[in-house]
Amino acid sequence: MSILINKNTRLVGQGITGNQGLFHTKRMLAYGTNVVAGVTPGKGGEWILEGKIPIFDSVKIAREATGADTSVIFVPARYATDAMFEAADAGIQLIVCLTEGIPVRDMMQVRNYLDNLGVRLVGPNCPGIITPGEAKVGIIPGDIAIPGNIGVVSRSGTLTYEVLYALEEFGMGVSTCVGIGGDPINGTNFIDTLALFEGDPQTDKVVIIGEIGGTDEEKAAEFVANHMTKPVVGFIAGQTAPPGKRMGHAGAIVEGGTGLAADKVKALDAAGVKVAKHPAEIPNLLQL
Amino acid sequence: MKLHEYQSKLVFADHGIPIPKGRVAASASEAKQIAEELGGPIVVKSQVLVGGRGKAGGIRLAKTPIEAEEMATQILSMEIKGLPVRKVLIDEAVNIEKEIYLGITNDRAARKPVMMASSEGGVDIEDVARIMPEKIIKVHIDPLLGLRDYQARDIAASIDLSRSLWRDFIKIAHGLWKAYESCDATLAEINPLVISGDGKLLAVDGKMVIDDNALFRHPDLAEKRDLDVEAQSEIEARKYGLSFIKLDGDIGCMVNGAGLAMTTMDIIKLFGGEPANFLDIGGGASAEKVSAALRIILSDPNIKAVLINIFGGITRGDVVAQGILAALEDVKPQVPMVVRLVGTNAKEGRQILSEANMITANTLVDAAKKAIAVAKGDNV
Repeated sequence: MSILINKNTRLVGQGITGNQGLFHTKRMLAYGTNVVAGVTPGKGGEWILEGKIPIFDSVKIAREATGADTSVIFVPARYATDAMFEAADAGIQLIVCLTEGIPVRDMMQVRNYLDNLGVRLVGPNCPGIITPGEAKVGIIPGDIAIPGNIGVVSRSGTLTYEVLYALEEFGMGVSTCVGIGGDPINGTNFIDTLALFEGDPQTDKVVIIGEIGGTDEEKAAEFVANHMTKPVVGFIAGQTAPPGKRMGHAGAIVEGGTGLAADKVKALDAAGVKVAKHPAEIPNLLQL
Repeated sequence: MKLHEYQSKLVFADHGIPIPKGRVAASASEAKQIAEELGGPIVVKSQVLVGGRGKAGGIRLAKTPIEAEEMATQILSMEIKGLPVRKVLIDEAVNIEKEIYLGITNDRAARKPVMMASSEGGVDIEDVARIMPEKIIKVHIDPLLGLRDYQARDIAASIDLSRSLWRDFIKIAHGLWKAYESCDATLAEINPLVISGDGKLLAVDGKMVIDDNALFRHPDLAEKRDLDVEAQSEIEARKYGLSFIKLDGDIGCMVNGAGLAMTTMDIIKLFGGEPANFLDIGGGASAEKVSAALRIILSDPNIKAVLINIFGGITRGDVVAQGILAALEDVKPQVPMVVRLVGTNAKEGRQILSEANMITANTLVDAAKKAIAVAKGDNV
């Protein structure tokens, strides 16, 4: 078991005929992910990667022809909003959007629309999801995680790799790792993912990696205290970030006194989450 | 990206919100001319992107065009909180009966815009929120439906606005929503929205913040960016697609990924050092980008050491290593450099860097400790 994706996931890639999309689709395939289709309007009927993947003009046609249930979006910011609406309307159940730089207004519309349809979104501005040994959707390097019983959820990209790497060095395996993205408005959040891990028989412990901005970590802490039986270890990036400045991620900003790293650490601590001072401490804290 | 008061108010006016008569001036003589055109008492308002302009003497009342010219001369020579005043707004003075607050911002937690109003306008709304939170009315707006009439009416009633003003207020609320929506704003604020002596509503001060991610839809707004509020290094970084924020320490940081960049800063601090900057070189960093990043870091005279931390994913270690070599050739840094390379093609990258005179580290903690030591002048 795992959460969100596994070897049975049937993946359609939106925008995978572009440079980055093609590169990462090759890697997803090599990892064993069941990539069944690609969508690029105007290129329907073509095949990519030595005839392994058929391209369709729309997600709807791709889903009808291949039974795709999950979509990964590689398209640039100005087209990504439409790509998410299209996937949802085509009946895709899980949309993973990697795109960075989508306007906040678009994300508020997308999120409200998808919620009404009951479609799950992961991202945007995220590295995707990996269930080690089964499938990966997105760009998380496959070789830094081994199968195991630790669930990982993070707002970051390379910081997540750093943590996966630290776990692997210790011989610790991962059930599923979910990058929920660094935007102020995203799809699946910490609480959604924690709830999935709590219900997943393969997951015994959870690592939550947060950063400055917003109050999602504080809400996650409340959820851990009230609803989680599995132990949780945390890390928060941005202790040294100055207020009022956006630290790379659109959502990583301390505004009007909210979003401070210290508050998040305090909330997690109070909820019984062991908070690491730096990523290399995480494996030790998981062993306690 | 913040808009100036005069820019925000022009956007408001375009959406049917009444604003005082007036125009912006870049010189005292221009200010005088505008005052002559307006006739009567006027207000000279400095246009800088910081709060507290009034307290700093950046907003003055003038009775005559000559007085307006004198005040504009004074204000245009001022610096407010470190920012030079380059323009003044010359507005007709308004006879103020009452000041209210009306604004829209994004509520992250609710994932919706929220309209906020208060009968206590003219002061910082965050102060009102702290001292008398019950005086702030909040109404969430469905991003798919937009602001509805009844919501605007509810707000008018909740801030005890006299019924005779409801119609005008609802029109202003809709105008503000339209301005907010059509500009992809993350904040649109009228403070104060004034009830004048003759019983009319008027947006006397205005503020807008535009979503940087949406500027591709608004080339006209993107041109309005005021570069005075940013450090020169931050402007330079944006040109190369780098995310850079200057800090006060002495250890320069070059990292791929925002979360890892923050973590690198935090670890430097944790072990007793002070980071000089936040810098995310992004995915797939080219030699040109790495070179630009290094140049920007080293343009800070406080730098005593540089820590490069790259976790290869999309970014390949060998490409970054080549970039570093090219950058070293180009920039010729005089400070010690510590590099830590992990992930995709890290081995090849380390091989490439072995010829360069750099200090290497295997873990992030090790890298931070070494950078702190060499910044203090110790050997490692």
